[in-house]
Amino acid sequence: MRATVLVRPKTGILDPQGEAVGSALGHLGFQVRDARVGKVIDLELEAEDEAEAKAEVAQMCERLLANPLIESFEIEVTA
Amino acid sequence: MASPQPRVGVITYPGSQDDRDALWALAALDAEAVPVWHEQRESPDVDAVVIPGGFSYGDYLRPGAIAGFSPATAAVREFAADGGLVLGICNGFQILCEAGLLPGALLRNKSLRFVCRDVRLTVTRDDLPFTTRCDVGQELVMPVKHGDGRYVPPPDLDPAQVVLRYVDNPNGSVDGIAGVCNEAGNVLGLMPHPEHAVDPLLGSDDGALLLASFVDAARDRVLAAI
Repeated sequence: MRATVLVRPKTGILDPQGEAVGSALGHLGFQVRDARVGKVIDLELEAEDEAEAKAEVAQMCERLLANPLIESFEIEVTA
Repeated sequence: MASPQPRVGVITYPGSQDDRDALWALAALDAEAVPVWHEQRESPDVDAVVIPGGFSYGDYLRPGAIAGFSPATAAVREFAADGGLVLGICNGFQILCEAGLLPGALLRNKSLRFVCRDVRLTVTRDDLPFTTRCDVGQELVMPVKHGDGRYVPPPDLDPAQVVLRYVDNPNGSVDGIAGVCNEAGNVLGLMPHPEHAVDPLLGSDDGALLLASFVDAARDRVLAAI
């Protein structure tokens, strides 16, 4: 199975990188109300069951991939 | 009897860079400074531990995240749980936060710029093993050099755990927090570098107040064990 993890700065956490990106897009003439920058982590897993894979990746997020104080995460699992 | 020389371990991870300065500063303050390699799983035979600055594991994922799971960090966790004195400087502070030994997290500087200059700090606790040579309200000058020093506390941080504050916040830290301790007061993390400020020739020797307090406390532990 493959999994994609999206890690985002939590709501309320100042994201200066997102602000800089939003402001740069404004300079390019785009109308952007808000921009937030996170990261994508692609994983290839040994697990063959979707529920099992998702549970395992959730543990990975809690233990290493995301810092729960400052980041939220979202998991997508595909065969 | 001559006063005993406490043994203070300094951990070197791949990417640590202030380990040698920390070893030098501790030796200058009359400690026996002992290098500890990151693969060392057993608690080293030391009276206190310093986790130095640098970019452990290339700051991959988040600064301090990978080192938080290193064998030496696991040993530090046990050492701290037994009341051992642990000082994390810069990347060491980030590692201690990621390892859950200190509350909060350190994020990219608000300015998005690496900041490298002397800063002024205010001491808010003088009753800790790291600050006995200081007074509450005292100003200390020492350098910062980091890109990820914006401290974000957990919502329930006890204000008594704040040990140092910036006079002029260089990185956007919440409430200007520059250093925090754990609830028990035996683990301290700070972004500024006391080990770079132990000789007037280097611009300031205020860092020696923190490090010498720390060495005093380590020596007291040796005496208590005799």
